[in-house]
Amino acid sequence: MTPTLGATRNGGTAADAASADAGERMGEPISALHVPAREPLAPEHPHDEYALVVRDLAAGYPGHPPAIDGINLRVPRGELVGLIGPNGAGKSTLFKAILGLIKPIRGEVLAFGQPIARAREQIAYMPQIEEVDWDFPVSVLDVVLMGRYQRFRPFARWTRADRDAAMTALDRVQLTPYAARQVGQLSGGQRRRVLTARAIARGARLLLLDEPFAGLDAAVQHDLIEILDQLARDGTAILVATHDLSCVANSCDEAICLNGRVIAQGPSAEVLTAEVLTETFQRHLLSVPRQDTVRIVADELAAGGRRDLLGGGDGG
Amino acid sequence: MADVVGWLIDPYAFTFMQRALLVLAIISVVSGVVGTFVVHKGLAFSGDALAHATLAGVAIAFVSGLNVSLGALGAAVFTALGIAWTRDRARVSYDTAIGILFVAMFSIGVLVLSTRQSYTPDLFSFVFGDILGISRPDIVGAAVLGFAVLLFLAAFSRELLFVAYDPAMARTTGVPTRFFEYAMVVVVGVAVVVALKAIGIILVNAMLIIPPASASLLVTRLPRIMLLSIAFALTSSVVGMHLSFHLGVAASPAIVIVACAIFLCAVAVNRRRGAVPSGELVAS
Repeated sequence: MTPTLGATRNGGTAADAASADAGERMGEPISALHVPAREPLAPEHPHDEYALVVRDLAAGYPGHPPAIDGINLRVPRGELVGLIGPNGAGKSTLFKAILGLIKPIRGEVLAFGQPIARAREQIAYMPQIEEVDWDFPVSVLDVVLMGRYQRFRPFARWTRADRDAAMTALDRVQLTPYAARQVGQLSGGQRRRVLTARAIARGARLLLLDEPFAGLDAAVQHDLIEILDQLARDGTAILVATHDLSCVANSCDEAICLNGRVIAQGPSAEVLTAEVLTETFQRHLLSVPRQDTVRIVADELAAGGRRDLLGGGDGG
Repeated sequence: MADVVGWLIDPYAFTFMQRALLVLAIISVVSGVVGTFVVHKGLAFSGDALAHATLAGVAIAFVSGLNVSLGALGAAVFTALGIAWTRDRARVSYDTAIGILFVAMFSIGVLVLSTRQSYTPDLFSFVFGDILGISRPDIVGAAVLGFAVLLFLAAFSRELLFVAYDPAMARTTGVPTRFFEYAMVVVVGVAVVVALKAIGIILVNAMLIIPPASASLLVTRLPRIMLLSIAFALTSSVVGMHLSFHLGVAASPAIVIVACAIFLCAVAVNRRRGAVPSGELVAS
């Protein structure tokens, strides 16, 4: 199942497209010769459509079999893509391998047509919430300013422009009044919004969010999705690891189902079938379409009692 | 009134008291700043381990006739790298590994000293601290090391904050996180050496921990914690030294006791205010 290119929301701005074009050109100088400098999203360059392309990636920890293997996936620009899988499916490993935080066993990762190390300015990562030290005495503004970090330069200080960008980003996630607060005083939802603001301040075009919805109540989760949705509409590609199926079904343009390997990938509505989910989660899950939303029911009893609905798969 | 002024000023008629005040000022600034990281990054046990490990360097340098302070510095840096390596990739739990590393170093120190039959007052000044015996070269050494530490922290303040708060995103951004994780422990080791001769192996870690812990109960932003820590450390030093001078008790435990008293006051103030320091709250 390949992602549908037509689903891209609005694409990016002309400037984004041009800068990504330039980036693509560095990676593939031959094709660049034929393309005018300002041509946005030239159709003969399918790579331009993708913020992230992963080919045949395998990664894991030494002394263990690879946690993920044979991973091929694509994240189009301007789309919110849900990466779903059970605990231990390798979602975090995949993120870390994509970002180069762990060394892949094999495979290739391209962001905007370039190796990841050369596209760092365009990428932001939100680790799982407990990987961040919330007790460290930094303010909300300090954290958002970290998004402006570009390169290793001794004695560098934040500039006026950095501060303005950080305040604008805070405004966008509605945390301006909290700028001077110590981050540890924030609620769970506010913490995700601070990290999102950091990504915005960075001007990142590709966001990797690891379990951003964990532990959030429905209303707070909704607010966060709204912010992400807005970013996607502005042309940012967002890959969200989650095990919240309803969220992927209702809010993501595309879904990638992962369990050690990619089980399925494509538009959420097409991918989230009972068979795919059963294979991904290794147990029966029911997807119940209700009006314009999809509800996922994880119920052993329901699955056992209505095996016929699932096409008679073997009991999880 | 004149009595009070005399109580405060008279001690400084002595050169050794002037030197003591100077070296305590250097120690207060360095340990206020470094100690803030120690307290907030869970390095308190590392600080204690680094202090004890210096005995190996001190003993080896003493027996082989080298500069004892340089021996302490070498042992501290070596142990710091060992601790950082342990945090990075050892398969035993972090505190277990440090527990083993520092008793090993301390044992080497005691072992080497046991080969000497004679009483060695120079060495005991390192163990218990000898503020009144601080020499001019000691002050110069502390100033140089202290300046180097502060320069490093100032140069890389952005990176250090980033790595302390969110190492994963820091690495994604291109910050050499592993370098800074090692460097931070080495910085703690050097800060220990700065205060070692004056405060002594046994109590030196108190200077790194108590003032920043007290300050953190009262303010929440990093620069303010550092400034308040320095103020607390200076106050403890001066009051402790006067108590020592006038009551004829050992100086470094007097300083530590005063620091502990300040900590208890900070706890009381913090409890009265409630959990959140009110000075930091912004209108929301």
